[in-house]
Amino acid sequence: MSDTRGLTRQQMCDRLAMEFEDGWIVNLGIGIPTLCSNCDFGDRQIIFHSENGVVGYGPLAAPGKEDLHLVNAGGQHVTMNPGSAIVHHADAFGMIRSGRIDVTVLGAYEVAENGDFANWKMAGQKGGGIGGAMDLAACAKHVFVAMEQTTRRGAPRLVERCAIPVTAKGVVDLVITNYGLFAITPEGMALKEIAPGVSLDEVKATVGCKLIVPAEVPTVKMR
Amino acid sequence: MPKSKIYESFDAAVADIPDNVTIGFGGFAVVGQPVNLYGALARQGAKGLTCVSNGTRGGATLPEDAPTMESLIQNDQVKKVVCAFTAPTRASQRLVFTEYYESGRIEAELVPQGTLAERMRAAGAGIPAFYTPAAVGTELAEGRETRVFNGREYLLEEALPLDYAFIRAYQADSFGNLRFRRAQRNFNPIMAMAAKVTIVEVEEDILPPGAIDPDDVHLSGIFVQRLVKVPPPPEGWWPMHPAEVAARNARLQGGTR
Repeated sequence: MSDTRGLTRQQMCDRLAMEFEDGWIVNLGIGIPTLCSNCDFGDRQIIFHSENGVVGYGPLAAPGKEDLHLVNAGGQHVTMNPGSAIVHHADAFGMIRSGRIDVTVLGAYEVAENGDFANWKMAGQKGGGIGGAMDLAACAKHVFVAMEQTTRRGAPRLVERCAIPVTAKGVVDLVITNYGLFAITPEGMALKEIAPGVSLDEVKATVGCKLIVPAEVPTVKMR
Repeated sequence: MPKSKIYESFDAAVADIPDNVTIGFGGFAVVGQPVNLYGALARQGAKGLTCVSNGTRGGATLPEDAPTMESLIQNDQVKKVVCAFTAPTRASQRLVFTEYYESGRIEAELVPQGTLAERMRAAGAGIPAFYTPAAVGTELAEGRETRVFNGREYLLEEALPLDYAFIRAYQADSFGNLRFRRAQRNFNPIMAMAAKVTIVEVEEDILPPGAIDPDDVHLSGIFVQRLVKVPPPPEGWWPMHPAEVAARNARLQGGTR
């Protein structure tokens, strides 16, 4: 069973989305990160980019209003905001490789204290599912990760070094888990905020690397 | 007058495809997948195929019995798959392909999605190879040529030319000029440019030359050799509305109780 303590998946994404700046071009990985498109951005204009060439997509289409030609990278039927554009796959990845994407939010199996992360292949698996993650991770200006604090078996996902094959090296900036918000700093993994109802000892006990903890740890910011 | 590009059936359009060729199959999720051409190729039976596609799965909004790359795999027509996914995106899913791959019956070349697109774009643009930052420092780059430009390491990737591209478009004129609709464009025009022969399943009636304004053409007919109009269901395959899918799934669940 997954550990359901701390933040819900939507709360995790709400917190990451607070870091999106006005005008940012954002690419969301499948799984937990897709929930970032449901967040309230207030006055900030956020442009969602999808690997299949939909630039500027909006919320999920209402039931019965789906356009069968229009999906995001997760295959979900979405809408398009005014000002959207369609490009082909090579152009969509040209936008990625040339550094136009301000942030990508990806899921992961492991994130290491040096910013390496792994999300395409499980231990012992032949092959895997890369999708656009390697292109995005290598080229987006920021890489955020949204994942659960531990595996289903309770093993840490925040680790000293990745044990499974990495997606990219030294690229992760920020990690949200159900237990808190963590930053990858030149000094290592730093706890920035802690989820309500989770103790500092519980966080430390579920991290597999050295953790930099400030004297006062604020609670995760909520809207 | 050159020979007409319009074929009257999918079977006629794929009849001459030999064994051991490389075919690109367009589409992303269900949108733009050449479902009808998959069916025709499964009937035609060419073997030893190298299939290039983002993934091997048809997708949730196709009819249950719609042909997909899985039909070719289960027919033992496929030698190798070049794709961005050999495993499903959710732990709860199981791909038909994964079993064939893990047991060694089909080879796979796993490629980052942007690299896959760019390798075909390069082939269509007459460029033999290029350098990309994607996959640098990963298992995929082990033993391969890298080069540093402006202080950053890049991985050499070679163009991926295709013998055939099977794609789906929204509109076509008889010259083969194409328009795609919304997310349907995805890999489709790139694969067409990379291929010697592009076969298109077209959703709307094929138009006379000039009916698509030249400024609105997404892919020039220069890259297109064969066109087939998708007939209405049940003869032709079309994606379903999510509400129809939900109703079908409820029916299927009811039937197994």
